[in-house]
Amino acid sequence: MQSPRGLRPPCTPRPRGAAPLTDDLLARVEREVRLVPDPEIPVITIDDLGVIRNVERTGPGLRVTITPTYSGCPAMSAMEDAVVAVGRRAGVPVEVVTRLAPAWTTDWMSEQGRTALRRFGIAPPTGERAHATGPVGLTLHRRVVVCPHCGSEDTEEVARFGSTACKALRRCRSCREPFDEFKTI
Amino acid sequence: MSTSADATHLDAAVAAPRHTPETDATTLHVRYLLSLGDDALVYAQRLGEWLTHAPQIEEDMALGNVGLDLLGQARSLLTRAGEVEGGGRDEDALAMLRDEREFRNVQLVEQPRGDFAVEMARMLWFASYQCELWSQLTSSADETLAGIAGKAVKEAVYHRDHATQWVLRLGDGTEVSRERMQAGLEAVHPYVAELGEDHEAARWAAEQGVGVLPSSLTDAVNAHVSAVLEQATLTMPDAPRWHARGGREGVHSEAMGYLLAEMQHIARSHPGATW
Repeated sequence: MQSPRGLRPPCTPRPRGAAPLTDDLLARVEREVRLVPDPEIPVITIDDLGVIRNVERTGPGLRVTITPTYSGCPAMSAMEDAVVAVGRRAGVPVEVVTRLAPAWTTDWMSEQGRTALRRFGIAPPTGERAHATGPVGLTLHRRVVVCPHCGSEDTEEVARFGSTACKALRRCRSCREPFDEFKTI
Repeated sequence: MSTSADATHLDAAVAAPRHTPETDATTLHVRYLLSLGDDALVYAQRLGEWLTHAPQIEEDMALGNVGLDLLGQARSLLTRAGEVEGGGRDEDALAMLRDEREFRNVQLVEQPRGDFAVEMARMLWFASYQCELWSQLTSSADETLAGIAGKAVKEAVYHRDHATQWVLRLGDGTEVSRERMQAGLEAVHPYVAELGEDHEAARWAAEQGVGVLPSSLTDAVNAHVSAVLEQATLTMPDAPRWHARGGREGVHSEAMGYLLAEMQHIARSHPGATW
């Protein structure tokens, strides 16, 4: 949800005698926040996924702005909790706010993130995204997606919806292995 | 479907003046958001029923995933409705503690699930409608709604594509699959027109730049569905002798009460429970 999380008070008040909020400390916490792994695909960080839109310093700590991948993605709240937990461990209040517009797109995924996905056996997003308006393709799907295991282009779609909202299921005709494909949106 | 007595009853319920002078802007704004959110919520509930019942495990996942997207849309929309209303109701209160007459979804989405072909016919119409709707609402004067639309349109495109693929496959498949796909289209047809009806809240929202007139989307929706049917060697059903209406005003079909009973009973049995 946008606002309830957005309005959630920063996690805990800073205890007396806590380390001062130095630039070094805040920079370290920001680094750690950016390194939080995606709970469903732990090989990619939420920063590489493109979910983190902004990290800024506020009076009492940090404000992290995130943009959800899919409206109903159950991993989003886990990501938020993990971000807040990073701050709690370091004694720095971290507030998470959700920004919906502009909508998340797989274009925001970093090169590093794409490489990590491929190594993990997930084909990174490729190809054209679908459009709501304009001419619509009415033929059955034939797209080229490279197998992350053997590099073959001879792969086929098994299911348009995979293990999570963001993935589809394919299989390689060359090495016979099934694999997930990150959908392009 | 209806005897003349039923029709009179329905006419009375639907045609009664609902826009009294004191129906203020906030109320209409909330109603508009609820109409969008309730469509998504109720259809998400119906799609969830397919888990373990779809013809293949991939479709269990697909229909569950489409439902999950819609549930996400519903959460955002109901949260926004609660904010605009300003009465302290959150997404859970709006989803779980309203009664049937307060739900403003079209009757299409509340109908019990039929066979897989019926579901694909329903999804083709609904997702085609949502594609046009969300495309327009990305420029809504309600910035939160515009943000929700920007996200939702990408999801709706995928849903529409999924239904399109199946309708093509079944329509232009075997004799049996074609027959059953055609029967699916016939089954949902009386519920389609309601998507394009300009209800009170939508008229207000369109005037304010918050929303869009449902009737203005109809041509584009019909164009897409017609193109798919033609390619799939299917026939657009004839205009139905009656069509569903009243959902936007809280008048629902028999199926709605049972759906809400199942959806709401845990939340109502354990008020305020969290885990």
